Amino acid sequence: MNDESMTYNYTVVRQFAVMTVIWGIVGMTVGVLIASQMAWPAMNFDTPWLSFGRLRPLHTNAVVFAFGGSALFATSYYVVQRTCHVRLFAPKLAAFTFWGWMTVILLAVITLPLGITSTKEYAELEWPIDILITIVWVSYAVVFFGTIAKRKVKHIYVANWFFGAFILTVAMLHVVNSASVPVTFFKSYSAYAGVQDAMIQWWYGHNAVGFFLTAGFLGIMYYFLPKQAERPVYSYRLSVVHFWALSFTYIWAGPHHLHYTALPDWTQSLGMVFSLILLAPSWGGMINGMMTLSGSWEKLRTDPILKFMIVSVSFYGMSTFEGPMMAIKTVNALSHYTDWTIGHVHSGALGWVAFITIGAIYFLIPRLFGAEMYSKKLMEIHFWIATIGIVLYITSMWTSGIMQGLMWRAVNDDGTLTYSFVESVQAMHPFYVVRFLGGVLFLTGMLIMAYNVFKTIARRQPVVATIPAPAAAH
Amino acid sequence: MSDFNSEFWSWFISAIVVGGFVWMLYLLQINNKVELPADGKAKPTGHIWDEDLEELNNPLPRWWLYMFYITIVFGVVYLILYPGMGTFKGVLGWTQISEYETAVAKAEAEFGPLYERYLNEDLAVLAADDDALKTGERLFVNYCSTCHGSDARGARGFPNLRDHDWLYGGEPETIKATILHGRTGAMPSWEGALGGEEGVAQVAEYVEQLVGREVDDEVAAAGKTKYDMFCVGCHQADGTGSQAVGAPNLTDNIWLYGGSKKVIKQSIAKGRNGRMPAHADFLGEAKVHILAAYIYSLSQENK
Repeated sequence: MNDESMTYNYTVVRQFAVMTVIWGIVGMTVGVLIASQMAWPAMNFDTPWLSFGRLRPLHTNAVVFAFGGSALFATSYYVVQRTCHVRLFAPKLAAFTFWGWMTVILLAVITLPLGITSTKEYAELEWPIDILITIVWVSYAVVFFGTIAKRKVKHIYVANWFFGAFILTVAMLHVVNSASVPVTFFKSYSAYAGVQDAMIQWWYGHNAVGFFLTAGFLGIMYYFLPKQAERPVYSYRLSVVHFWALSFTYIWAGPHHLHYTALPDWTQSLGMVFSLILLAPSWGGMINGMMTLSGSWEKLRTDPILKFMIVSVSFYGMSTFEGPMMAIKTVNALSHYTDWTIGHVHSGALGWVAFITIGAIYFLIPRLFGAEMYSKKLMEIHFWIATIGIVLYITSMWTSGIMQGLMWRAVNDDGTLTYSFVESVQAMHPFYVVRFLGGVLFLTGMLIMAYNVFKTIARRQPVVATIPAPAAAH
Repeated sequence: MSDFNSEFWSWFISAIVVGGFVWMLYLLQINNKVELPADGKAKPTGHIWDEDLEELNNPLPRWWLYMFYITIVFGVVYLILYPGMGTFKGVLGWTQISEYETAVAKAEAEFGPLYERYLNEDLAVLAADDDALKTGERLFVNYCSTCHGSDARGARGFPNLRDHDWLYGGEPETIKATILHGRTGAMPSWEGALGGEEGVAQVAEYVEQLVGREVDDEVAAAGKTKYDMFCVGCHQADGTGSQAVGAPNLTDNIWLYGGSKKVIKQSIAKGRNGRMPAHADFLGEAKVHILAAYIYSLSQENK
């Protein structure tokens, strides 16, 4: 009989890892459906709960908080144990975070199609669910920081800085942004009014990107990429600078979502300036990821996990260059309200977030279930199908977005607009079809992954992960 | 300054912005002191996690460092030129409102005369001027199509402008007045006055008879009695309506809200409110003049 405290707790990691794959498929299926509705509106079948307005929040919640959230829970629980050389703190609380988070997602899947919504983007869930989220999140913080506190190594590994920043900041963002006055059990109104509400919303919205989808996933990158590449992290100093600069700067960037609105001029300026300064701190992460692999590039030829990770870091670099550019007011005047934004978000969401997640899950599954991945070939196929899917998705949205922006501002020689709005909608149709195809390819990749993962789990062996003694510093 | 309820917040914002810049520069400074060993290969920092995770002590990449500095310099310059530091307005004195007003004034100066040259022309004559109609069509698509449709055939609740059926009259000057000052169509709710559902159904039956549909004569007759009492004031005894008050002609089988029995009953029971907004201030008379000519020209097609 093994002493439990001598092994790592993989139970909760396994649960979240498997649910990452399942929620990925759910969220992306909804995404593909609503993408088809943009091209062929009849795809809502005249059914209210299948309509775009209700399913779009379900898509964003499912991919960000169900798929991305499960990935973050799984990886952070795995990483924090292994880099602290201790078993997870408060195992019952950790189990509660799994069941609590699944309940939140299930409630989202039910309430959002029913049209029960607070109407705040990426925070649509109504107040009782918000309270549950807060409880789960505080539990998560206790488990994570409790594990850090009882660590056996003096230095805290860089991945844990990012996970820690993500957990703390998301707690603050969620509580402040979701503050509301309940009217009934299913309806509440925001605690803020007018432009303040818009500012709080985008302070939250952009930092959901900055801390949930960036800092958290940088945590994943900092552990799994060096592990898979079997290379040391390129620069400790770079990670220090870019961690602090990123954490400080991101929190200012929200106002760039509200350029040329009722938001005061000074707020818009600060949002733009700090968004631009965010470029270097963001690229710090990209450089550390890329350069960690330098010296063993040949592994890319044969290792599909590394392929996912390096392409992910490349997309991260691209999106974090594009973002600051789009935050510049003159660029934003063209890009805002167009599909360019959608393309930008998906180069981050599919390219960066989903790819680093997929890489990490392929890394984890064999270690959690004691069996080699069922098929390396299928991992390769997944990689190529998904990559082509992303390329189709983002190039179609860039093209249609820039075209939209140019059509909207085109003026005749008598000062009238050259195109009516509906003409720009008509012009977007072919791009919507291509985007739909890109989504179908990406979803197909996820289905292949699910098959591969479940075939692997079918051959599982008991895993006893004994905690090794920390290596002595040299 | 209305954005701040006290001077304190202006200083607060400025202090954390300046503090942030200083702190980032300090961060870069203290972390930029790593020298590579003579062989050019960075050594590990000495910490090891999870058996084999290590970190190299490479210096900050030079190009990256300069990029960081350049963005900080850009930020400082931008915040000197433009508003950002609390109540400080920026050296250029730029505001979002002034940028908008300048752009509008420039457009007025450039395009205004193009519209004004038509202002004194008779609308009926203008309706045959190809150049004016081209501009009119563009204005229509920009400003009117949202409700009346790109083809001007309207939508439910929004009149079709090509069907020769006018609520307020189709003379050129009337059309112009409609666009300039807007219209408010109010059909009251008759549910109460007609004695509930049955009365409403009777009047609806009579309205259907006016259009020439097959109806139950007895019910329609009961409806006529009520119609003569309540509806004639606006819709006239023969049901042809009144353009003076914008009461629709009920005999022509053209329906603003729909002509099924169910919808007719709904219109009678609950009433209708239609609103065409006034465009005098928004577009100015010159543009409205051209629009009126364009819409009048539509009604002259296939006449």
